[in-house]
Order: sequence, then structure tokens, then C-alpha cells
Amino acid sequence: MSKFGKKKKEMPAVNTASLPDIVFMLLFFFMVTTTMRETDLKIENPVLPNATEVKKLEHKSLVSTIYVGKAKDKKLGSGDKIQLNDKIATPNDVTAFILNERSKVSEAEVPFMTTSIKADIKSSVGTITDIKLKLRDVGALKLSLSSRKSAEIQQ
Amino acid sequence: MARRETPEINAGSMADIAFLLLIFFLVTTTMDVDSGISKKLSEKPPKDYVPPVIKEKNIFEVNINRNNEMLVEGETMKLGKLKEAAIKFIDNGGGEGKIEDGVSTGPCDYCKGARSASSSDHPNKAIISVQSDRLTEYGMYIKVQNELLRAYTELRNRLALEKYNVSYDQLEEDYKNDQKNEDLKKKVEFVKNSYPQIISDAEPTS
Repeated sequence: MSKFGKKKKEMPAVNTASLPDIVFMLLFFFMVTTTMRETDLKIENPVLPNATEVKKLEHKSLVSTIYVGKAKDKKLGSGDKIQLNDKIATPNDVTAFILNERSKVSEAEVPFMTTSIKADIKSSVGTITDIKLKLRDVGALKLSLSSRKSAEIQQ
Repeated sequence: MARRETPEINAGSMADIAFLLLIFFLVTTTMDVDSGISKKLSEKPPKDYVPPVIKEKNIFEVNINRNNEMLVEGETMKLGKLKEAAIKFIDNGGGEGKIEDGVSTGPCDYCKGARSASSSDHPNKAIISVQSDRLTEYGMYIKVQNELLRAYTELRNRLALEKYNVSYDQLEEDYKNDQKNEDLKKKVEFVKNSYPQIISDAEPTS
């Protein structure tokens, strides 16, 4: 038995030369698809409603997002809160917010700007209406009520 | 002259660097594309604006109360029936269409409704008014909007299939891929204007 046992066979090392290529491929994929979250949410992550008739929003730079939901910070009370950029605001601040967003894009693109309202399904229509009235006053008429695409909604 | 070989660069740590970057992007990535129900708000009316008189029969009234119950044309209705009711109303075609630039659009020749005298005259006159309470849940509101939009989509698809043998969704998709195609544009516009989406949000009761 010893005759055979003496010959110790060494395991050939796995060739890892192509590993960087694979990793780079993945890296590029994620780099291209990534969109960084610019704001951290002060409200609880809104549960978006489901809908079938949704349209995708194109041109991310022309979309300004308004969040509506319950505040994470319990000290602020339990009612619906509106978040603009990265702070809790009132409907009256919407005007300034929209004007600020407008100043970021060129004038020719202003009519194509869309406001996306990401509201929690449990929030009340009254809050949304307050925002809508302000948007109407400032002339930001294109609106998208953010919802997830689903094949069929339960009745 | 001795030829010097260029020393090879050690690329062993390349994978580590790439991995580091990869993990960073993996963590920060969010793949969701923002999508939603698109709405066009009406422009702010001038101070001395007198709203036009609209016949009662051309208005389809949807009320949602604070308990998320729905009242359609004065009767309670389940959400599942809303689409059918809306289609019946829009597609009624009981009279003349509205006058555009002094030219009457005439009676609706593509409508397949009952042509009842007590319902809407023409799809371009049919107004859906959604009135909700301030305390209505947003989820319910979206569901109602969605059902109404579905009614329009169904009618548009039907018309497009009849006229051009292709659904409206497909037509829009094709147009998006071929923006310069005048023929397609005309088709899309025609179907769109045949069944214009007139959903108005009445100010909520408090």
C-alpha cells in the first residue's frame, strides 16, 4: 500500500485569471442600472397603491417627487406628512419647491416637468388635494400618482 | 544590446478593487422605475370665470365617502361594477357631439351604446366627476381612478381594433418607437380624441 500512498498528488490551482473579467462585467451592469437615492426618507417608506393603467415616467431629471405618509419621528404627530427634498413640509412649501426644481432645468424643458406624488395608500385624499391645489396655482400641471404596476387588482 | 523585457504588471489585486466597487454599487442600486397614474391638472380659472352650463345627463357622478364606500349616480356600487357602468355612460352616444372651432362633430358614429336620451350625448361631452371626502383613503381613490381609466382604455382598444386591426396600446407603443411616423400619429390622435379622458376631480367635501 505504501507504494501508492507515497505519491502525493497536488491539486492544480483553479485558474482565476478570468475572475476580474466576470466581476467587471457585473460591475458595469450595476453601474449602468444604478440610480442613487438622493433623499433619505423622513417619512415611513410609503406603501404604493397597485394599479393597472400606469405609465412609466421617463426623463428622471424632469421629475420632482413629493412624498406623503406618516412621519418616522413620532414627535411630529401621527397625521399625514409631506416631504419635500429632505425635510417635512407643509402644503404651502410646495410652491417654493416647484420653483426651485424649475430653476434646475433649462427653460425649454419646463413644460415637460412632471410631479410625482408618492403617497402611502393609507393617507387621506385631503392631503393630496391640498398639494394638487398648490401645484395648480404654480402651474405644474403634469402629475403622476405613483403606483405599482399589477396585472389585476383585487376588488 | 540586451533586450529588456517589460515587466508584467501584477494584476492580482484588480479583482479585489473591482469587487469593492461592485459591492458599493450593489448596495446603492435601486432598480425601480417610477411609474404611476398620470393626470393632467386643470389650469387655474381666472377670477371672473363662469363655469359653462353642463347638462346633468352628460355628467357621471362618482362619490366616495370617508368609509371608502362608493355612490355612483346616486346609487351605491361595488368597485367591480364601476368599469361597466362607466363604459355604458361614455359609449352611450345619445346625441350630437360638442362643437369644435365652429364645426359640430355630429352624432357619435362609432359608439355602441344604448343611445339612450337620458345618458351622455357623445364621448367628447361625457364628463366623469369624482368627488371624494377629505378623509377618503388614498388607496381607494387610486382604485376608482384606475377603474375609470380602464374603461377608457377598453373603449379605445375596441375602436382601434375595429379601425386599424391593432389595439390602442400597440398603436401607442409603435408610435413611441417611431416618433416621425405621421400616419401612426394621426391614428393615435384619432383614437385618443374619439374617447378623450375627461375625469374631473371635484373639490372634496370636508
